[in-house]
Amino acid sequence: MELWFREAHTPNVKLSIRVDKQLYSGQSEFQRIDVFDSQEFGRFLTLDGYMMLTEKDEFIYHEMMVHIPMAVHPNVKDVLVIGGGDGGVVRELCRYPEIEHIDLVEIDPQVVEVCRRYLPFTTCSLDDPRVCIHYEDGLRYVRTPVEQYDLIIVDSTDPFGPGEGLFTREFYGNCSKALRSDGIMVNQHESPFYQEDAIACQRAHKRIVESFPLAKVYQAHIPSYPSGHWLFGFASKKYHPLRDLDEVRWNARKLSCKYYTTMLHKGAFYIPAYVEELLKNVESAD
Amino acid sequence: MPVLDQTSAPIYEALERFRSMRVVPFDVPGHKRGRGNPELTRLLGETCVSMDVNSMKPLDNLCHPVSVIRDAEKLAADAFGAAHAFLMVGGTTSAVQSMVLSAVKGGEKIILPRNVHRSVMGAMVLCGAVPVYVNPECDDRLGIPLGMKVSEVERAICENPDAKAVLVNNPTYYGICSDLKAIVELAHAHGMLCLADEAHGTHFYFHEDLPMSAMEAGADMAAVSMHKSGGSLTQSSLLLTGPNMSPGHVRQIINLTQTTSASYLLLSSLDIARRNLALRGREEFGRVMQMADYARKEINDIGGYYAFSKELINGDSVYDFDITKLSVNTLNIGLAGIEVYDLLRDEYDIQIEFGDLGNILAYLSIGDRPREIERLVSSLSEVRRRFGKNSSAGLMKQEYIEPEVVVSPQKAFYAPKESLPLKNTVGRVCSEFVMCYPPGIPILTPGERITQDIIAYILYAKEKGCSMTGPEDPDITCLNVLDLKED
Repeated sequence: MELWFREAHTPNVKLSIRVDKQLYSGQSEFQRIDVFDSQEFGRFLTLDGYMMLTEKDEFIYHEMMVHIPMAVHPNVKDVLVIGGGDGGVVRELCRYPEIEHIDLVEIDPQVVEVCRRYLPFTTCSLDDPRVCIHYEDGLRYVRTPVEQYDLIIVDSTDPFGPGEGLFTREFYGNCSKALRSDGIMVNQHESPFYQEDAIACQRAHKRIVESFPLAKVYQAHIPSYPSGHWLFGFASKKYHPLRDLDEVRWNARKLSCKYYTTMLHKGAFYIPAYVEELLKNVESAD
Repeated sequence: MPVLDQTSAPIYEALERFRSMRVVPFDVPGHKRGRGNPELTRLLGETCVSMDVNSMKPLDNLCHPVSVIRDAEKLAADAFGAAHAFLMVGGTTSAVQSMVLSAVKGGEKIILPRNVHRSVMGAMVLCGAVPVYVNPECDDRLGIPLGMKVSEVERAICENPDAKAVLVNNPTYYGICSDLKAIVELAHAHGMLCLADEAHGTHFYFHEDLPMSAMEAGADMAAVSMHKSGGSLTQSSLLLTGPNMSPGHVRQIINLTQTTSASYLLLSSLDIARRNLALRGREEFGRVMQMADYARKEINDIGGYYAFSKELINGDSVYDFDITKLSVNTLNIGLAGIEVYDLLRDEYDIQIEFGDLGNILAYLSIGDRPREIERLVSSLSEVRRRFGKNSSAGLMKQEYIEPEVVVSPQKAFYAPKESLPLKNTVGRVCSEFVMCYPPGIPILTPGERITQDIIAYILYAKEKGCSMTGPEDPDITCLNVLDLKED
């Protein structure tokens, strides 16, 4: 028997992964949730048919979302994670003892429930006493807090479907308001490669630039995502991602990572010329 | 003959049957199922262009319906509790105008509030009827016109016993309702017809928690904008009539100005929207009301904004309130409604229905989802944080300016006139319309005296970026006024 999961990365490009078996399929109030086992990528989670994470390469995404800002900001105590019901970002955050409180805002309780059951490798820290889970629309949640967080991590789905509100000007503006005066926001920034994704990427950057004094992007290679070339946004009110990187301090922590190093940190901000061009176009508009 | 009930959609079903027959078209439209206009087909889709066909025996004819259109009108009448329903394809403007033209002739009087839609005044230019205005109350805090007090209507009726009809907005653009039932009884007691402009009230027919509909109140005619809250395509509408109107007479009036090539896209959209409302309207509008209530609470929690609702009800000039209307007063964040309207579009990619001097209106309907509501509320919160001012000083409230009708709209519109710079027109009689659009309520109509207050209002609205329409001079630096010898 041949069973394949296929995701269209564009109308003309597909990625197929041979599935060993399907472990879960359900429809929540917001989306369809599926979990599969595969030979090549191990266990993987899809939402509405879009790849969210695989056992084999999730470390890249989650390490890059968390360790980059943590190696820059000298004193992170309060963290807000928006989206990220799979727990991967929280797992990496919980490795820092100085973090006192983590609010995780996930719109879909069923995602957390399914991940807890099938993806223990990412949900393992969700019961950490510092973690508080709120089942709420992220856009709604950030309306209220004012200068309450040191770090906001936006672990959203794609800019269409339930995650659309997390790519808007009003969302980034509210995040800026919810951060303290030296706060940092890191966000999942889509891929710059295929035409439609590149437009979404450019729009997101434009809106972040409008909301923060400093906005940079950095990259990682994530094999299971469209084109494999993925971007993250680093937006901040004060700290520069390279000038304020404290390599000695971070390396003294002796955290073992599979992807992140402080060397790679520096390299990740050196982006290809065509991506620089894509982003510069919207920066100069202001 | 199949049984006609609300689960059927006769026009839609006829179109499906027609499509499966694969009839060869040697009639209009000339694009012939889209083949002659491939770019249009790519834009609209093959299904859409193949349904753009002409009246013919299997599809009936809107000018004289005898089969599927007649059945669809019958079902619409049943769904809305009317004696008769007419499917309209020229917008609710055509429904309103047919309604007015069916009720009054040249020289006859019609009693109405001044905050009527421009289409009502247009009908008066066409037929020569004379308006008798009932002064709507104005809410000082919000600066919006309210409904008509029953006592004011009664006074107008007693002063003008020869008037033929009373026209009522049910509701106003802002969602405010007059005591329609009492006004209907009053009009009927004096031998007058009662007409309702229900451009913003389609949903009243489908939920008991919404204000009373015109047909339930016993009104003689109602123009119902199916394409607004009802979900049909833009430009499609309904004209409903009560048992005292002759459907044949109304049909004749409609046919004076209605196209003889009615679009089947519009007709089928009316048919399908009516079926949807009849089957699922109650549940859907229940959801819309919940969303609107949620949005009001969240917006009021932001501070500064005032999203108003049923607390305005005072038993008379605000007899009832349509809670699906999300109207928000913006003056206390130091911004004019029109400024918030522009910021939402330019900064946040959100298009709302309108902004006037002190308020905005977001139109909620059966197509809305909670996630879009969150975007609207969050954007309003950001507008206040980024652009709000501490003081509302210098912001002008919309005030009701009582019009002085010097000559009938028709006479003024067609009379000899001259064009004068705006500032030199004070005291003269206007011969054209001046409107802020939306909401499309006239500031001046033909035949009214121009005053200093009106000029100040026009200049302020222009300065704040309102889109002004109506006059021959598109920039409104000049206005047409009656020649002095006509004045």
